[in-house]
Amino acid sequence: MSLFRSHVLICGGTGCTSSSSDKIEERFKELVAEQGLDQEVMVVRTGCFGLCEEGPICIVHPEGSFYSRVKIEDVDTIVSEHLMKGRVVTSLLYRDKLAPPEHQLATSFSEVTFYKMQHRVALKNCGVINPEVIEEYIAYDGYKALGKVLTEMQPADVLDAVKKSGLRGRGGGGFPTGIKWEFAAKTEGPIKYIGCNADEGDPGAFMDRSILEGDPHCLIEAMAIAGYATGAEKGYVYIRAEYPIAVKRLKIAIEQAKEHGLLGRNIFGTDFSFDMEIRLGAGAFVCGEETALIASIEGERGMPRPKPPFPAHKGIFGKPTVINNVETFANVPQIILKGPEWYASMGTEKSKGTKVFALGGKINNSGLIEIEMGTKLRHVIEDIGGGIPKGKKFKAVQTGGPSGGCITADHLDIPIDYDNLISLGSMMGSGGMIVMDEDNCMVDIARFFLDFTVDESCGKCVPCREGTRRMLEILDRITEGKGEMEDIDKLERLAKNIKSSSLCGLGQTAPNPVLSTLRYFRTEYEAHIVGKTCPAGVCQALLTYVITDACKGCTLCKKVCPVGCITGEVKGLHHIDPDACIKCGACMSKCPFNAIIKK
Amino acid sequence: MAKNILTEENFQKLHTVIEHYRHIQGPLMPILNEAQVIFGAIPYEVQKVISDELNIPLAEIYGVVTFYSQFTLEPKGDYLIAVCLGTACYVKGAQKLLDQIVTRLGVKVGETSPDGRYSVEATRCIGACGLAPVLTVNNAVYGRLVEGDIQGILEKYSKTSEEVSA
Repeated sequence: MSLFRSHVLICGGTGCTSSSSDKIEERFKELVAEQGLDQEVMVVRTGCFGLCEEGPICIVHPEGSFYSRVKIEDVDTIVSEHLMKGRVVTSLLYRDKLAPPEHQLATSFSEVTFYKMQHRVALKNCGVINPEVIEEYIAYDGYKALGKVLTEMQPADVLDAVKKSGLRGRGGGGFPTGIKWEFAAKTEGPIKYIGCNADEGDPGAFMDRSILEGDPHCLIEAMAIAGYATGAEKGYVYIRAEYPIAVKRLKIAIEQAKEHGLLGRNIFGTDFSFDMEIRLGAGAFVCGEETALIASIEGERGMPRPKPPFPAHKGIFGKPTVINNVETFANVPQIILKGPEWYASMGTEKSKGTKVFALGGKINNSGLIEIEMGTKLRHVIEDIGGGIPKGKKFKAVQTGGPSGGCITADHLDIPIDYDNLISLGSMMGSGGMIVMDEDNCMVDIARFFLDFTVDESCGKCVPCREGTRRMLEILDRITEGKGEMEDIDKLERLAKNIKSSSLCGLGQTAPNPVLSTLRYFRTEYEAHIVGKTCPAGVCQALLTYVITDACKGCTLCKKVCPVGCITGEVKGLHHIDPDACIKCGACMSKCPFNAIIKK
Repeated sequence: MAKNILTEENFQKLHTVIEHYRHIQGPLMPILNEAQVIFGAIPYEVQKVISDELNIPLAEIYGVVTFYSQFTLEPKGDYLIAVCLGTACYVKGAQKLLDQIVTRLGVKVGETSPDGRYSVEATRCIGACGLAPVLTVNNAVYGRLVEGDIQGILEKYSKTSEEVSA
């Protein structure tokens, strides 16, 4: 193996790939080869670094120089200055706005505040190794846990370790993983399955994808461990077809593991055999529910089935099955290697370990973070997230996606864990955390989530199919200024019924966004209903666009208006015809003089 | 249907796929996933072949095809304009981008223009939340958008559609 003096790590997560990190990688390789440095400098495409806001990201080791928002033309400078002359290009380095002024220039990756405040367990290898090279995973203790389990531990010891660690399902439900495994282990049967739920559907949550893209071998290792513990010899990964990079890397990883004898027959020379297969989803949110996922793998419409029987007794193809999500599995190898006590030493009484959150919305540092359970929400938003952009006021943070709710400024000091979030009327969910500021309308957000659940309801049970639709109709009325005060009672009554009588988790939690916004932002609902106004200025039907005297007559707004409803001459005051205006806001965002306002 | 997708070549590919998956447990979803890629849609004629080959009732296959949003009965337009309506994009104004596209193109969400050039979709979170709000046109990603950007993006795809094949 040759030694390289420098390593250029380029983020290959979906976020950075969307802003052309693939082209940046190509350019680096091209220039490095051109300069004859290809024996000295290694260019590696890694998984997600987490600080997606600043993408595309490149890190140059051994210095650890953290280059952010790299453009294709910047590559030339980095190669000619940094790689050839050893001079770090300070003008392209990430500015750490969270650090004291004298330390803002991020000369070393490890010094960046965003990372210093995290504790990475599930994301340990993301952005560190090349996910398409099994040797790199092995170099970072990969497959060591599987080796230990197969050669030193009995299945019962593994179950014990996972139970003792206090690991709970990271997909939303929070069911203790060890107990789930034990149920399946105790069910008699010659054929059992391990299922991995990689059908990450919560809008705004992408931790599972990042693990699959950045550290796919970790999932393979953990599923094999689960297989050994429960007596299963086959694993199915059900993954969204919308995640092409993740699918590709997982396929590569499975092939490599097979070649190295880490999947297949008689792993590590023991009696244990384990094989894996990928199954693609086809765009149905409800398939994240475990019984719906099973139906989908079996080739049916992805509709949930009543429980019991639980998958641990009757799962995929009618056989006992353990289903966990990606992040849950990603914790397992570390628990085995470092011990359950180490894992349980992190977190709160009932929520152990760390949790990955996808921070997004109105926040300075959008991205993926991993923190210990019990961290205060304020710390996440203000310190790691870097606060709200443009000096706007924080309004709420939405957790748990379409099943969760909002947490307001009053509750920012609670420690984040499963139980605290539920007591506030929200939930952990898969870990999406969307921050909202004063410009977001909470009625509109509730309507947005209901729109989502109505669309994704599978239609099997009536409360969810009909109930959520009726709730959406009411919310539509309210946001259009046609609501009545009785509508709030109707919403609450419907919500209660849907929660108590729906078949699966999707329906049982669908009313949460409405209940939670009603609990904390009832005045906003009342403003829409009684005052016929939208205090945040979002709901289109309750707004009009007006051009003020600040207009200089540049005609830009007239040009961008898609419906031609703006009139006016060059250098003269322009006017919007309120009847023809579709309120798209294109004029407002283009006006160089801020002369267009919403009323 | 603007273009002929039911070619001999495509059916040949379909038969290869069916042979490949025929003997695994639960072969229907993988075959449908591949059929969608081969034909760009899963119309009745394709369902019929799968039904005959796998001995699964056509009604059942139709049920599965219409359940999942990635399976379509008709092919999409040359340019698939997909606006992400994940939460992060939504709170940053993605709905307004979508509304503007619908108005400018005169194509409703989930529909294709009569000439087969554009399809407009509201997609679920594509996970590029750091770039919110985001839209994609086929494989090209446009991020950190403001409402004034839409006109320029659409113009790009109206002029060069002759040279650039989708």
